[in-house]
Amino acid sequence: MPNFDQTLNEILNLAAAHFKVPREKLAPDDDFFKTLGIDSLQTLDLLTRLEHHFRIELPDYELQGVSDFRTLADRIQARL
Amino acid sequence: MLNLDQYSCLGAALRDALDRWSNEVCLIEADRDREKTRLTYSDFKDVALPLARALEDAGFNSGDRAAIIMTNQSKWLISAYAVFYRGGVLVPLDYKLTASEHLQLLAHCKAKFLIVEYYLWRTLTQSPEFKNNKVKKVLVTEAPLRADLAGAYRWEEFRRKGEPGFVPREREDVACIVYSSGTGGRPKGCVLTHENYLEQCKALIAWYPFWPGVRYLSILPTNHAIDFMVGFIGPFVCGACVVHLRTLRPEFVRDAFVRYKITYVSLVPMILKNLERGLRAKFDELPAGKRFLMHRMIALNKSLTRKHPRVGLSRKILSTVHQGFGGELRAMFTGGAFVEPSTLQFFYDVGIPVANGYGLTEAGTSLTLNDLNPFRADTVGKPLPGVELRVLNPNADGVGEVAVRGKTVMSHYLDDPELTAQTIVDGWLVTGDLGRFDGNGHLQLVGRKKNMIVTAGGKNIYPEDIETAFEGLSVKECCIFAANYLWPAKTLGRETLVLLLRLEQNQELTEALKEDIIARNRRLPDFKRVGGYLLYGKDFPRTASMKIKRTLLAEEVRKSLGRAAVVEL
Repeated sequence: MPNFDQTLNEILNLAAAHFKVPREKLAPDDDFFKTLGIDSLQTLDLLTRLEHHFRIELPDYELQGVSDFRTLADRIQARL
Repeated sequence: MLNLDQYSCLGAALRDALDRWSNEVCLIEADRDREKTRLTYSDFKDVALPLARALEDAGFNSGDRAAIIMTNQSKWLISAYAVFYRGGVLVPLDYKLTASEHLQLLAHCKAKFLIVEYYLWRTLTQSPEFKNNKVKKVLVTEAPLRADLAGAYRWEEFRRKGEPGFVPREREDVACIVYSSGTGGRPKGCVLTHENYLEQCKALIAWYPFWPGVRYLSILPTNHAIDFMVGFIGPFVCGACVVHLRTLRPEFVRDAFVRYKITYVSLVPMILKNLERGLRAKFDELPAGKRFLMHRMIALNKSLTRKHPRVGLSRKILSTVHQGFGGELRAMFTGGAFVEPSTLQFFYDVGIPVANGYGLTEAGTSLTLNDLNPFRADTVGKPLPGVELRVLNPNADGVGEVAVRGKTVMSHYLDDPELTAQTIVDGWLVTGDLGRFDGNGHLQLVGRKKNMIVTAGGKNIYPEDIETAFEGLSVKECCIFAANYLWPAKTLGRETLVLLLRLEQNQELTEALKEDIIARNRRLPDFKRVGGYLLYGKDFPRTASMKIKRTLLAEEVRKSLGRAAVVEL
C-alpha cells in the first residue's frame, strides 16, 4: 500500500496528465478548481480516473467541500 | 393523469396516485451501474404507510414540520409522502450546505422531525453548533450496523404496523417551507401552500405531460423546486417513473439515459454544457466522411423541425445521437440559471429540444417555459397557464423589473413580514430580475436588479450570506457585491462576486492580507467563492444602526470604479 506522500504524488501526476497541466505547476495545497481551471463536474471526472488508478470506490459525498489535493489524498488514503 | 382540481392537498393526490397506478413502476434507484431499488406504486405505498404510522405514533401531527436532508434517492420521496400523509409540513434542505448552515435553518424553521442520510448526520453531530439542536426526533438512513447514531433512529427500522390516519389539509394550508437563501444572514424561508404546488403541477403537465411508462431522470437535488415538481409530484400524479442516480459522475449519467430509456430530464446549465462538449467531441472524432454526413443530417433535421419538434423524425434522421441518449428522450428541462442560446440551439438541431424556463422558489417551480412552438433559444419562454407576468416601469426598450401574480406565488416568508411586504406588493411578487416581452409574448431576461448571482450549477448566491466568511478580516470594513449589480450588464451569464475592501488609513494590501483573503475564500464551497476584490477609498455609508447602505454604496462604487479595477483572486 502506498504511503500518504506517495498517494499525494500520484494524484498530482494523474491530475497534471489528465488536464494537460505541467506537473511542476501543481502543489499539494493548491485549490484544484482554480489551478486546473475546472468545474465540479470535471472534478468528478478526475475522481473516476483516480478510482481506476487506486482501485477504490469513492462516493460523491466524499468530495463535498474538498478543493485541494492534500485533502483529496487524505480521503483516498483512508480507503486504500 | 389525476384531475388535480379535485384535490385540496398533495397528500390526497399522491394517495390516489398510489392506488390508481398500483402495478406501474414509480421509482428506480441506481448507484453507478448497480440497480438498488425498483418499486411499483403499490410497493411504494407498502414502504411509506408503516413510516407514516410510526410518525403518527411518535406524535407527528397536522402542521408539524419535518426537514429532509438527503441526496436524491427513493427514501427522500417515501419520507416526503409519509409527512404529507400525516398532514405535516415538509422542509427540504439543500444537502450541499454545511452542517452549521443546516443547523441554522433547522432552528429557524423549528423542525420537529429530521430525516437525514447517515454521512450528513455524522457531520451535523460533529458541528460545535449541534449542542443547540432542538429537533425532537431524527431518522437516519443507511447508517452502518454498529454506528453511534447519537440518539437518532434508524429510518429502516422506524416502522409501525397498522393503518396510519390520513390527515387532509386545505389548499391554503402550508405544504412546504423552502429556503431560497439566507444561510449566512437573514433566512428566506418561502412558505408554499398545497394550492401553490397543485396549480404549478397542473400548469406544467399541461405543456409537458407525463404518463405511465415515461421515465424521468432525477439529477437535480430533490430539495430544488424543479426536481421536487418534475421529479416527484408531476410524474406521480400521472403514473410515470422517477429514476434516481446516486452519483453525478458524467459517465454514469450518460449510461443511465441508455439503461433506463429516459424520457425527460432536468439539468442545470453546467451539466448541459458538459453534454454538449461530449457530443461535439464525438462529432469531431468521426472520420471526415462520416463527420460530413453527420453535419448534413443535422442540417436536414434543422430544416424539418423549424416550426416545431418532430421527435420521431429526428430519431430516424440522427439515430446514433438519439441512441446515445437511450432513444426515448423527448425533452430536457433547464432553468434557474443562464444558459447560452448556442447550447440550446445545438441540442434542438440534433432533435433533442431543451425547454428553457424561468422561475424562482418564491413562485413555485416555473413561471415561464418554452412551449417549442416554435423553439426559441433566445428567450425563457411564455408564461405558463395561470401565471400573470408584467414588466414594471419599462424603459424605452421595454425593459423593467419582472413581477408575477398567480396561484403559484408563495404565501409569505417564514417569520419575516417586513421582507414579505417588500417582496409581495399589492399582490404582485417583484422578482428582482430585469426583462422584457417580445412581440410573441416570450420573456427575455436581460439582467438583475437584485444583488445576487445564479451559478451555472443553478445555485442562488446572495452576497450577504457569505460575508460571514470574511468577518474579522484585518481591514477597516468589507462587503460583497454581485459584479453585475455594481455594473449592470445586459446578460445573465458569467456572474461573479466581488469583495469590496476599505483599508485603514495608511494600510497597505500586504501579501499576508491577500493570503488571508484567499484562504477564507477557499473555505467556502466552490460555488460560493468571490471572484475578485476591489479596493475602495471611502468609508461605507451606514444607517443609524450601522448597517451598510448597500444601494447607496453600490451607486458610489459605480461612479468611481469600473469593472477593470477588480483584481482576480
